[in-house]
Amino acid sequence: MAKRSIVPFGPQHPVLPEPVHLDLVLEDEVVVEAVPSIGFVHRGLEKLVETKDFKEYVYIAERVCGICSFGHGLGYCQTLEQIMNLEVPPRARYLRTIWMEMSRIHSHLLWLGLLADAMGFESLFMESWKLREKILDMFDATTGGRVIFSVNCIGGVLKDMDETMLKNIVDTCNEMEKELKPIADAFLREYTTESRLRGLGVLPADQAVLAGAVGPMLRASGVAYDARKLGYAAYGDLDLEPITSSDGDSYARCEVRIKEISQSFDLIRQAAAKIPAGPIAVPVKGFPKGEYFTRIEQPRGEAIYYVKANGTKFIERFRLRTPTTSNIPPMLNMLKDCQLADVPLLILTIDPCISCTER
Amino acid sequence: MSSLKFIPFAGTALRNLFRKPVTTSYPFAPAQYPERMRGHIEIDIESCISCGMCARSCPPGALTVDRAAGTWTIQRFDCVQCGNCVNVCPKKCLKMVPGYTTPDCTKHSDTYTRTTPLPKPAPRPAAKPAAPAAQAAPAASQAPAAKTE
Ligand code: SF4
Ligand code: SF4
Repeated sequence: MAKRSIVPFGPQHPVLPEPVHLDLVLEDEVVVEAVPSIGFVHRGLEKLVETKDFKEYVYIAERVCGICSFGHGLGYCQTLEQIMNLEVPPRARYLRTIWMEMSRIHSHLLWLGLLADAMGFESLFMESWKLREKILDMFDATTGGRVIFSVNCIGGVLKDMDETMLKNIVDTCNEMEKELKPIADAFLREYTTESRLRGLGVLPADQAVLAGAVGPMLRASGVAYDARKLGYAAYGDLDLEPITSSDGDSYARCEVRIKEISQSFDLIRQAAAKIPAGPIAVPVKGFPKGEYFTRIEQPRGEAIYYVKANGTKFIERFRLRTPTTSNIPPMLNMLKDCQLADVPLLILTIDPCISCTER
Repeated sequence: MSSLKFIPFAGTALRNLFRKPVTTSYPFAPAQYPERMRGHIEIDIESCISCGMCARSCPPGALTVDRAAGTWTIQRFDCVQCGNCVNVCPKKCLKMVPGYTTPDCTKHSDTYTRTTPLPKPAPRPAAKPAAPAAQAAPAASQAPAAKTE
């Protein structure tokens, strides 16, 4: 047996802006085991639910993450709407869908940029983020914020979109779809990127399911599971097929995410065509009592929201399981037997968000 | 065949050499803000009735309302631009306007003082009479100092 050594990786690492620490047990250059430790950015946001009015907490829920902020607000609101038996007006459900898909495009483009950056392909990183800027501008125009949107409220949404805004969004999506093409080609057909990603970190379907992978990570291993199929918001009315790939390697994960961007453009177009007129919110009366679980598909995978309310304006317990929490065990499986030099890239392919994992 | 695969991005890279930059050179070119942008809060203090709804529903507790002095104070650096105060204000005197607040080295607050006294709420005998404008000025200068962090 070769001599073993332990290399600490993180919590500060040039490739990852997020604080995760791994003890990598190496035999020569090959990783035999990776022991993770997290807890460097715990902010106690779940606990805060006990001291904030349940309606105000929406603003805190969306601050759990700077990328999936819309989804976290949505998940929290949906859970409370179920507890309080509120029927969200159809227009609000469609608006939520449009914003949710815009978040997905923005998150995936961010990830593509980070991937290019991790490979040292700087100009591709710039191109991806240049495209992402258009989505952020649309967010700014429709919600008033680029990162934190504050448009969700219990019972609906706070801001409406008029015809011109919807048209602008659809036009921008069409434009972006054309611009995405060369970027997608660079990731999927360029010799350099392909040779870096193909066959790296293979996660077979059975292992992915056993380890509890979610989102693009699971779909890249060939399992057609997408929480949007549950039909929350307006997803039930839209045509949607989970995008899968069978290889389970880093290339497949990149491919799935790129195809999901195109799928999101399509969903936005469908939603904009079908959006009904009407009110955008229902009034909230009284205080919530009861408990409920909701699942939604965040850009990074399935997230779970649990609320236990006791009939006062303060909620007793709020629990949020983010996609990265579930993707850490499959990541550890993937890291086994890989080269030390591949570790940063492999961690990146799960699209980690450590800050939201620790809340 | 593999050399062909270089072409997709090489084209983009070459074209970029002759394109104008996509960024603007702020502050020489002014930033364009969309109409809905949540930049900062403004108050029409004369319509404010000092009900305190905004202060009670501000998630980070950035607002202080002093009914007696007729002042409304906002800790600019604590405000997270969520817009909740705008939604709950019964008199609709708060407004979210585009444009960021200026950066600063110290956390500062802005205090606004009502110059016209509140109309007396007649049916509530226990209610304190509104403060006259003369008293409001000194109290206003103390208000930010009284706020504990
Ligand atoms: S809610 Fe409106 S009226 Fe009441 S204190 Fe605040 S700003 Fe004044
Ligand atoms: S915008 Fe939000 S954080 Fe700012 S003062 Fe109003 S309620 Fe408070």
